[in-house]
This record gives sequence, C-alpha cells and structure tokens, in this order.
Amino acid sequence: MLAIKDLCVRLEDEKKEILKGVNLTIKPGEVHAVMGPNGSGKSTMSYVLSGKSGYEVTAGSVALKGTNILEMEPEQRAALGLFLAFQYPIEIPGVGNMTFLRTALNSQRKFRNESELNAAEFLKLVRDQAKLLNIDTEMLKRPVNVGFSGGEKKRNEILQMAMLEPSMCVLDETDSGLDVDAMKIVAKGVNGLRNRNRSFLVITHYQRLLNHIVPDVVHIMADGKIIRSGTAELALEVETNGYANFKEIA
Amino acid sequence: MQELDGQLRDGVDIETVKTVKSVGEQYKYGFVTDIEMEFTPKGISEDIVRLISKKNDEPSWMTEWRLAAYRRWVKLEEPSWAMIDHPPINYQELYYYAKPDSMNTKPKSLDEVDPKLLETYQKLGIPLQEQMQLAEVEPDDTLEQNTMSKKVAVDAVFDSVSLGTTFRKSLAEAGVIFCSITEAIITYPDLVKKYLGSVVPTSDNYFATLNSAVFSAGSFVYIPKGVKCPMELSTYFRINAENTGQFERTLIIADEGSSVSYLEGCTAPMRDENQLHAAVVELVILEDAEIKYSTVQNWYPGDEDGKGGIYNFVTKRADCRGDRSKVMWTQVETGSAITWKYPSCILRGDNSQGEFYSIAITNNMQQADTGTKMIHLGKATKSRIVSKGISAGKAQNTYRGLVSIHPKSRDSRNFTQCDSLLIGDTCGAHTVPYIEVKNNSSRVEHEATTSKVDEDQLFYCRQRGVGEEEAVALVVNGFCKEVLQALPMEFAMEAQKLVAISLEGSVG
Repeated sequence: MLAIKDLCVRLEDEKKEILKGVNLTIKPGEVHAVMGPNGSGKSTMSYVLSGKSGYEVTAGSVALKGTNILEMEPEQRAALGLFLAFQYPIEIPGVGNMTFLRTALNSQRKFRNESELNAAEFLKLVRDQAKLLNIDTEMLKRPVNVGFSGGEKKRNEILQMAMLEPSMCVLDETDSGLDVDAMKIVAKGVNGLRNRNRSFLVITHYQRLLNHIVPDVVHIMADGKIIRSGTAELALEVETNGYANFKEIA
Repeated sequence: MQELDGQLRDGVDIETVKTVKSVGEQYKYGFVTDIEMEFTPKGISEDIVRLISKKNDEPSWMTEWRLAAYRRWVKLEEPSWAMIDHPPINYQELYYYAKPDSMNTKPKSLDEVDPKLLETYQKLGIPLQEQMQLAEVEPDDTLEQNTMSKKVAVDAVFDSVSLGTTFRKSLAEAGVIFCSITEAIITYPDLVKKYLGSVVPTSDNYFATLNSAVFSAGSFVYIPKGVKCPMELSTYFRINAENTGQFERTLIIADEGSSVSYLEGCTAPMRDENQLHAAVVELVILEDAEIKYSTVQNWYPGDEDGKGGIYNFVTKRADCRGDRSKVMWTQVETGSAITWKYPSCILRGDNSQGEFYSIAITNNMQQADTGTKMIHLGKATKSRIVSKGISAGKAQNTYRGLVSIHPKSRDSRNFTQCDSLLIGDTCGAHTVPYIEVKNNSSRVEHEATTSKVDEDQLFYCRQRGVGEEEAVALVVNGFCKEVLQALPMEFAMEAQKLVAISLEGSVG
C-alpha cells in the first residue's frame, strides 16, 4: 500500500533537516503505529506524505499503491486514496460542513472519472455515517470546524474519512486533546473502517490510543528516523520506560 | 514556438502561463451581437441632448430637464477623490445613444423583437419567455435540493433601448407598473415628474449630472399602496455597440405599505477600448414600504494587462421617506475595469432602516472604490453595512463609506462590518470609513478586518481532494457568506459561481 524509502526531508526556509532516512512499508489492511517524542519528525512525515508546501524532499521516495506520489499535488494524492486526519483540524468560516464534504467527495469522484453524487444520494450517505459517529445533523450544518469542541473536530475528521473512503489513512495525533470517552468514540469510528484493503498509519505520543486501535506493527521514531519496530507490545514498553531508553539505543 | 522559447529561456511552466493568459478568456459573456445599429453622432452637445430626447419621443418638459442638466455638467469637473487611476475620458469620442435598427418600428411585444436580439439574451441565460423560471436551488447548509418554480419579470435593455418587459399583464392585474423609463415618461408623466431627480438631483455629482442629460432606457417601477409585488422584477443591461456609453436611469417607487424585490444584471462584450457606464438609480420608499434591490454586476473587466473593460460610474440612492420604511441594497461586483459606486440610504422617516451588503471582487488590473452612505435623519433609524472586499492579481479594492447621524436623529444605530481578503501579495485593500454622529443618544459600531487567504485552509481543502482554484473559491465564498445569503435565493447560486469564475487564475 505505502512504501517509504530512505526519505530525507528538510524545511524549505531553515534548511533544517527533519527526516533523516525514514523507511516504512505498510501492506494493505495493516495498521501501523508510529510513536515518538516531541520533535522526532512524526507530524512532518504526515505533512510530507500529504504534500504540504514548505518541505523539501532531499532524498528517498514514497510510493502509494506503486505510484510515486512526491511529485503529485495534494488533491491528486487525495484522489489516489490518501487521507490525513489533522492534529489540529482547520476552521473554514462560512463554509457549511455538508458543502465541504460534498465538494470534496465529488472532486475526488470527478478526478477518478466517477459520476458525482446527487444531493439525495449524498444526504443519505452522510446521515448514515454521521449516526455511527454520534454526530448530530446540527453539527453537519455548521461551518467547517468553527466553534467545534476538540472532540467534535476529531469526530468530524473521522466522518470525512468515512465519507471519502480512502485506502491509506494517516492519523496525526488524533488522540490529542480528547478525553477518554471522546477517544473511545473516535477509536470505534476508526475500527469500523478497518478492512483488508484499507491501511492506517496512526501517529501518537501515547500508548493509550493503541489500547483502542490495536496496531499490527509499532514503530518508534526519534530524531528523524525509525529506530525500532515491533508488535503492539512495543507500545507498552514505551508506556513503562518512556522514550529515553530507545534514544540511547539509537 | 514562441511559447516553447519562453519555456526554455525562463524555465517558466507553460501551464502557469496559459492559466494566467486564459483569465481574460474566462469571461463568458464577451461575445458581440452583430446587427445594424443606429447611433447619434459622436460626442455630446446641446444638439445631441435634444436629439436623444427626440429619439425617445419625449415631451418638452423632459427635454428642458435634460438641457438644464447638460448646462450644469459642462461646468463641472470630474471628481478625483476616489482611489482609482485611469487615463482621461474623452467625452467627445463616445456615442451617447445606440439603438438596433430593428427597434425603429416599436415592437408591440417581445414576440416581434428581432430574433437576433432575443438570441443574445438566450445566450446570456436570461428568460424572456413568460414561463416559470426553473431555478435549481440548493440551500447551502441543508442540502435539501428543491426545484423552485418562480416567476421573474424581466426588462431587457440593449445599449440605449429597452426591448420590452415580460409579464406585463399579470403585473398590471396587481396594479404594478413595470416598464422602461422611456415609456414611463410618455405614459405616466405625473409620476415621473413627481419623483424623477427627487432622490438624485440633476446637480448631484458629475456622473449623475451627465446621466441626467443623456440617459436612455432603464426601468420604471411603481408599486401601489399595500401591494406586495407578486413576482421578482429584474432588468438585464447589455452593452453591445462599440465606443458607446450606457446611461440608463432606473426609478422605483414603493408606495405606502408595499414591497418589491428587484434585481439587475449587467454584461458586455470583450473589447480593447474602455467603455463608459454611468447610471443613476433612484428608490423612493414611503411609509411602511420595503424595497430589496440586488445587483450582480459582471461588466467586462478588461484583460489581465488592464486593456479594455467597462468604467462603471454609478449613482444609486434610496430615500426612505416614510416612517418604518426599509431598503436593502445587495451588490455583487465582480466585473468592470473600474467600479465607482456608493449605493446610499437616506433614512428620513422615523424608525426607517437601511441595509447594505456588498461583495466586491477585483482581479488582475481591476480597481474598485465602492461602499455606501447612510444618512440618518429620522428618529430611531437603523442601518447595517456588511462589506466584503476581495483582491487578487494587481487589483486595488477600496471600501469607502459614510455613516452620518444628524442631531435630530436621536436613538439611531449603525453597525458596520468591513472585511478585506487578499490573494497574493501584489494587490491592495483599503478601508476609508467616515463617521459623523451629532447627538449623544445614538450608537455606531465599526468593525474591520484584513486577512490573506490562509494557506492552511487551502491545504486542508486540497488534502480532501478539492483542487486549488476550487479551494480558493470555497474559502472566498465562505468569507462572503453573509452577503450571498442576502441575495434572493435563485441568484445566490449564480453569484457563488461568479465568485469562482472571477478568481480563476488568481493562484498558482
């Protein structure tokens, strides 16, 4: 599904190197977690994957379903099936959540030469999905993320994910700012979307999210590299000992 | 080959160059209708003014009215206070009257109008048949898509003449008069004499005075006491002839307790030379009456280098004469090389209300200096101003507004919100508010913001699969939401699309 090879990235402005040779391969249906301390390059990796400007790839490659995506526009990567659940979802005043969702969905469909959904089809789909995530219709009518609570924003990200049906989902610290109940709802939403054709890359500081979204593989990232990979057990190790030990190994 | 050279030499992405070049071509209404036209001789003089009056079969009082205006105009100087810049306009190089030959024998109804002219409006998407206009309406947030059937009566103005108005019979049954001003001068002289120039006097300003001397066409509307106009009224202005100015005059009177919603739209062919449009709109609103006046201005804006385009110098004013009268101006200004326009409200009656909602979009070399004047005279009058200015390319966009609360206008209130959005770093936004409050029981609030299109917002949209230009349109439409909502539903969708088209080529 996703193959990251020797990826080196620096900030365009400061020329500061952030990723220093990341290697990561995710097969269809797998859930991988990337854990690591602040500043280890986790969020940068999610931005580079999705094509945010401001980063310069100095070496390495990223292939999504066998296609090199580093030269593609963000919207092309999205249409190819890449989805990023933002750590801090962006507010767009005046743009209704429904309008946004429908525009996004139909843009992707158009890009893939599929027919656009009409209003009725879309409405049914969004209502069904919203129900699963405890999102009431009122929230669908409000402007995108404006005045949403932390929990609402994250649930809204998962709703978008459910609607857009991506094949490669990157979750950037989706658990940050969530209380236990809200995290459970989000995790339930994500688990409901797991299937053998859809892969996940779950970026998190803490092990607690991984109790609810159980990964197949856990990677530890530090100083721009993946320094260790293992099973879900590895996350527990982090929980007990912190990241300090791993850094020493590195 | 040249393009290829350009690519090799400068490493310029051909696609980008093409996108930018195509902006001028995005103007969908730039076609020319090829027909025989009759013009008055070039230039302006007393004789030309008399000739225009004669061509319109006007009574002598009207001719004299025009001449008085002309004599004043020659003594006036073009105003220079606006933040706009253009080469001097040579008023003797313009045609002031242009009429399709086929309109020489007055058609009795639209059925008799030259099919070529009717085809023009068909191409523009304006319904001149008396049928239900099927507008697919999608209320943004509810997505309950419904196909609304709505009747809209249309006055079609082509250069200096009105081709005719639709739904005359059903409007007459309600007592509503909707015809061209030229026809009204002949058929309803008492109403015209009483109200014409009573809101915008012939001495008002340079362009209004010029308009008073040479105007032709424009709409006349009278809504009798207590009548709610049974349908939307609208006028579509089309400039077609070369080197010709359009000087229409619109007069709407809402008698006591009546109400009407009126919409005007404007388009013009793409031409290399600038063309002048100097219109006057007067609204008279009596006790408990209400007028909602919406404009979607899409004159040809010129090309990306600022060549061609309409100079749009317009005077619009509403006089809320009666107590509890109400006016609402909504404008979406996307076209014109220059827009100079301040739809204003004189709040004379006690408890009268004026509202002004504006979206002004300037791209490439366009310049807009637009806003409103709220003159509070009556007691407990209220006004509200919501202005959204969007600049892209090398455009300059100025909001200029006056809120004046007079000593006797006690307990009055104004709220002003002025937001500017910049796309790129070669454009400009300016806000010039004037506030005068002459009593201590009134309240004025002014809020202003200037922002750039947020990169994070665009990235968020694009990550969800929305292309860059569509993402800009989405964000800008959100920015304009309050104003778009003030438009009649069936035009809001059209305006939204227009916002997107106007900004094409503004990014990347």
